[in-house]
Amino acid sequence: MDTFMEQLPIVVNSLNIGFLQTLKLFFVTLLGALPIGLLISFATRSKIRPLSAFFKIIIWIVRGTPLMIQLLIIYYFPGLVLHQNIWGMAETGRFNASAVAFIFNYACYFSEIFRGGISRIPVGQEEAGMVLGMSKKDIFFKVKFLQMVKNILPPMTNEILTLVKDTSLARIIALQEVIWAGQAFMKGSQGISGAIWPLFFTALYYLICNGILTIILGGMEKKLEYFK
Amino acid sequence: MAILEVSHLKKSFGKTKVLKDINFTLEKNEVLSIIGSSGSGKTTLLRCLNFLEIPNGGVIKVNDEVIFDSEKPEYKQDKVIRENRLNFGMVFQSFNLFPQYTALDNVMLARKLKAQNNFKAQKNFNIADLKREFEVIRVECEGLLTKMGLSNRMDKYPHQLSGGQCQRVAIARALAMKPNILCFDEPTSALDPELTGEVLKVIKELKEEKMTMVIVTHEMEFARDVSNEVIFMDGGHVVECGTPDEVFNHTKEERTKQFLGKF
Repeated sequence: MDTFMEQLPIVVNSLNIGFLQTLKLFFVTLLGALPIGLLISFATRSKIRPLSAFFKIIIWIVRGTPLMIQLLIIYYFPGLVLHQNIWGMAETGRFNASAVAFIFNYACYFSEIFRGGISRIPVGQEEAGMVLGMSKKDIFFKVKFLQMVKNILPPMTNEILTLVKDTSLARIIALQEVIWAGQAFMKGSQGISGAIWPLFFTALYYLICNGILTIILGGMEKKLEYFK
Repeated sequence: MAILEVSHLKKSFGKTKVLKDINFTLEKNEVLSIIGSSGSGKTTLLRCLNFLEIPNGGVIKVNDEVIFDSEKPEYKQDKVIRENRLNFGMVFQSFNLFPQYTALDNVMLARKLKAQNNFKAQKNFNIADLKREFEVIRVECEGLLTKMGLSNRMDKYPHQLSGGQCQRVAIARALAMKPNILCFDEPTSALDPELTGEVLKVIKELKEEKMTMVIVTHEMEFARDVSNEVIFMDGGHVVECGTPDEVFNHTKEERTKQFLGKF
């Protein structure tokens, strides 16, 4: 292959496939980690001491060690130690293990954001709901939830932008995400080798993706400015 | 017959005894003011009536029916407490309006949720009936806000309202649940002096409509003016109680005299 114009469609096609995997990991993580993070935040706020202590230790470990190590352990532990292939074959297996590691890791980060967001709601809000005879469930969903969302949007935006970039860590267990796809052209793939420029394209994918997310999340923040 | 009867009410936080054997009754359509310095237990007493705090001892009766008895665990069940606390409405010092809802939605929310929950409990219901019920609630709540002088503020959010307006929305919100007894916890303490009057005026109007009320207040003039009955609390005890004339003009207890002397 010689000219850039000939190589371009091949590279873009390959990066698109990789980026699809990146996006898949991103959305699966987000969808899993948001509700699980909320549940963990409830557990850490629980009055049952052993429960809250247990989850606080889990959060400490998960936030205190690199996601990359967690990813490696979660992927290799079942096979190497238990001699069980629980993740499935090839790319499917790598994706499943990545999804579990990412959801677990991000749920812990999100839970701390949720916890902060809930604890910043004045206690009077809950009391007002109580004296009006509202149930705990109604108080959470009808009174506190939107206030919590408003409180957590700025830190959550940070965390979500980081997640987009962190998906590249799955490269360590050879998940074929967009960086893996870009790197392939350095080593040699589809007749292209020693090419660094596909990596710049790779960066562009992240940049555009995070640009769009910034606009969406910023819009949500703006929308919630109708109350104080 | 007394509408409210509180006997031997006790409450401690850890080792601190905040309420030590509180006894009083309140007649229907009457207004009771509770005065006393901060830390005397008057706010805790109010919070016990609304079950924001669960008393450690004592019995509370409303309309001669026991709604709380510290000896009987069934009165401490979440569901029973939720039902029984609706005997009381509560207006907080800091309003505690829900910021994400308009004034009208603040007033309607709990009523609508209650209607909805009642509806879901029925076996075969149709949505049209619930919508009709919501419409009834809306008309009623708009009426309450109009009565509070807020007919042109209904679609405003709390941060767009003045403190006095917020407190009036909070009063309408409490009234929407149709409580037997309306409680006020220092309703004007968070207000600028020029806004205090509009809230006190509303409370006076409620008295004229025969609303039974318990008011914790620092406004001595107001307490004297609006109450049928005044309680002076100190150190977790009811030190003195009687008509405003008895408590303010013919004070018996030394501690009450000291307290009133500061005003």
